[in-house]
Amino acid sequence: MSSEKTIEHSEAAARFNKDVERVNWHDETLWFVREKRDKSAHQILDWELLRETASKIKNNVLSNIHDYLLEFEANAQKNGIIVHWAADAKGHNEIVHSIMAKHDVKQMVKSKSMLTEECHLNDYLAEKGIEVIDSDLGEYIVQLRKEPPSHIVLPAIHLKKEDVSETFHEHLGTEKGNIDPQYLTESARLSLRDTFLTRKVALTGVNFAIAETGEIVVCTNEGNADMGAHLADVHIACMGFEKLIPQRKHLGVFLRLLARSATGQPITTFSSHFKKPRDGKEIHIVIVDNGRSTQLGREDFRNSLKCIRCGACMNTCPVYRRSGGHSYHNAVAGPIGSILAPNLDMSKNADLPFASTLCGSCTNVCPVKIDIHDQLYKWRQVLVKEGHTPTVKTIAMKTMSTVLANPTIFNIAGKSGRFVMKNIPGLVNNKMNKWYDQREMPDVPEESFREWYKKNSREAKAKDNE
Amino acid sequence: MSSKEDILKKIKQNQPALMTELPDLNLLSSDNPDVFVTYKTVLKNIGGDPVEVANYDEIIHYIKSNYNLKKRIITTIPELSEIGSLDWTNDDPHSLQDVELNILKAHFGVAENSALWVTDDVLGQRVSPFIAQYLAIIVHKKDIIATMHQAYERIGNQEYGFGTFIAGPSKTADIEQSLVLGAHGARGLIVFLLD
Repeated sequence: MSSEKTIEHSEAAARFNKDVERVNWHDETLWFVREKRDKSAHQILDWELLRETASKIKNNVLSNIHDYLLEFEANAQKNGIIVHWAADAKGHNEIVHSIMAKHDVKQMVKSKSMLTEECHLNDYLAEKGIEVIDSDLGEYIVQLRKEPPSHIVLPAIHLKKEDVSETFHEHLGTEKGNIDPQYLTESARLSLRDTFLTRKVALTGVNFAIAETGEIVVCTNEGNADMGAHLADVHIACMGFEKLIPQRKHLGVFLRLLARSATGQPITTFSSHFKKPRDGKEIHIVIVDNGRSTQLGREDFRNSLKCIRCGACMNTCPVYRRSGGHSYHNAVAGPIGSILAPNLDMSKNADLPFASTLCGSCTNVCPVKIDIHDQLYKWRQVLVKEGHTPTVKTIAMKTMSTVLANPTIFNIAGKSGRFVMKNIPGLVNNKMNKWYDQREMPDVPEESFREWYKKNSREAKAKDNE
Repeated sequence: MSSKEDILKKIKQNQPALMTELPDLNLLSSDNPDVFVTYKTVLKNIGGDPVEVANYDEIIHYIKSNYNLKKRIITTIPELSEIGSLDWTNDDPHSLQDVELNILKAHFGVAENSALWVTDDVLGQRVSPFIAQYLAIIVHKKDIIATMHQAYERIGNQEYGFGTFIAGPSKTADIEQSLVLGAHGARGLIVFLLD
């Protein structure tokens, strides 16, 4: 929550990197997922055309979202669904609570919804005396450990089976030291089955909402969203307004892309289309803004709203893989989180657009072609301009721009740099120099390129030969 | 002003002025020369078991020799009344918690991902394919199509309250990326490919 002091990404990453073996394991695990994505994508002949098509559909949505929202609401209502609108996180949480209160229910089973993480719904409901149980296995594990998810698709990817075993031993009474994933999953299945059978309200996220038909689509591998929703009296589905797509047939494009980009599966096990409530039961849809309409107005950043939350940009990101999801201190981590978060709170998240090498791998794997690395670069400029970067960095940047703008100063700086590195290396190779943290400084060249060129250019040689 | 009006007003102000056209999906329809072979391969890869059968008798025989008939078996297919009960569709869905095997019939299957399309009218109860310990789904061989684009062409404006694509058994890899079949839903999926 905002009152807590956030640790900056670089500091959190440094802590994460203390355990070298574990960082290497984290890195390799995510890269393995990225490789599965590649293998899966390469089996689709027109994969690039598919990405381009998805991108165009989302561009159309962004340019017409006002009308699509009204169309969606009207059709959903025609189907017997109750539609709510929430301007911000607080409004969203109040609506969910009011539905619970109306039915006088104190317990909820919830499937994965990054939006409710963004809104800190669990904390809010806990304060109101409502118990929430997260039913996605990964989310269940991190919830028991009182941690946030570290990845939008793989919430417990930062944990090893030994960690899960210990957590389950403590909370579910599983055998101490039994680290067999099959055994651990079975224990959670038994415990959560009881939860599904006894909850009257189930909350799910929304992957896609279709304007043309007023239906929503929820994708899971575990079947947890369906177990919750079909056994409860009330199904609450929460969505950011950018989840809209125009027509049912567009699902063909997005369902082909989503799971392949996320985990390399050809599709999730279940892609459930909820159009009407069961007889005598209720479906509520909460449409949430929470800063999205502001982002829509930022021309350079509005494309971030095309995101379908596959997590491919995280799995491929060299910084995410080696710093872990928690270092981003935001519900959505990684490259996409770093371009969404500054919109929510510029000062609190000013460090995130700098948590990138700008290598562009995120942009290359994004199934809806968001220009993620360009946006990271653009956010840096906005943040510096608006004074959200640390003073040291601002001074360093200003000095740099003076040096680079003036050839004479540049020359002197180069010369003195080479002199220092050669004769007083301790002045550079110390803790003040972040570059030196995990690297050796390069060997010092005898002369600068400029000096070399002066001697070796065609003109200089011609002169010598005269 | 209400939240709704507030949000919509802000969106109208901020959405791009230039309307972007929707792309042509027809450019994407890539034909798969052997949808049937692809379907079986993909299904096996994601943990499902394809079983080819000529008629309902073969299905009954298969179930009899592979499942414990003393446990609760349900179905919505009248031809299978010998092995599965048909009179559960109006019960409280919670009462299905002890179902061992549920046998359904899908509208069609999709080769590229082995997904099967089922809706309210073939499910009996929405929770039925999720709550059963094991799941068997019948699909006619002639109803296997190539891609998801063709799937949605086929669905068209079909009316349903609930519909879902099912691809393989329920699964999770949330513990150290180790694949475990049977997360919350069915632990196994047999697809009967019927002539």
